Amino acid sequence: MIRSELVQKIAEENPNLTQRHVERIVSTVFEEIIAALERGDRVELRGFGAFSVKARDARTGRNPRTGASVAVSAKAVPFFKAGKLLRDRLNGEGEPGGR
Amino acid sequence: MSENTLTRMDLSEAVVREVGLSRNESALLVESIIQNISDALVAGESVKISSFGTFSVRSKNARMGRNPKTGEEVPITPRRVLTFRPSHVLKARVAGGAPA
Repeated sequence: MIRSELVQKIAEENPNLTQRHVERIVSTVFEEIIAALERGDRVELRGFGAFSVKARDARTGRNPRTGASVAVSAKAVPFFKAGKLLRDRLNGEGEPGGR
Repeated sequence: MSENTLTRMDLSEAVVREVGLSRNESALLVESIIQNISDALVAGESVKISSFGTFSVRSKNARMGRNPKTGEEVPITPRRVLTFRPSHVLKARVAGGAPA
């Protein structure tokens, strides 16, 4: 599923909204998550998962082609951890033996 | 790193602010976005949100694990796990933000 298909599904479920409206709503939600991560904040969506930012130390990397060392500076990277409910649903929620 | 945590409520507040829908309607739409993404993933589909990232489901084979406390060997059943690969846009914006 891609962004436009998500928009379309939600538009179908909400006939009172135009496709353009739904597009703005979907963009707003993702933009809000990005803006939060940009500030270093977490976004926790119970049942779905949590987005957070992890710090990566500076390190010496290597150009795999030439073998030359390059300095990689410290940076922040986005991280997502799936929530328990979604993890369980992916594995057939509460089926015998399916933890 | 700041310790602020946003929830569904903050996302729906943003929708109220930006799109001008009612609180109730905004909350339902945020939920619907999360639900539609979850359902696609449970159906085994990847979900690709341009300029945000891609959620994909990977299957893992059964393997033997070990209880680290007792050293006992326990079988780990085959399972599906969810991975998120941030887009370049998201990575760049997070890396360029306030130093973590």
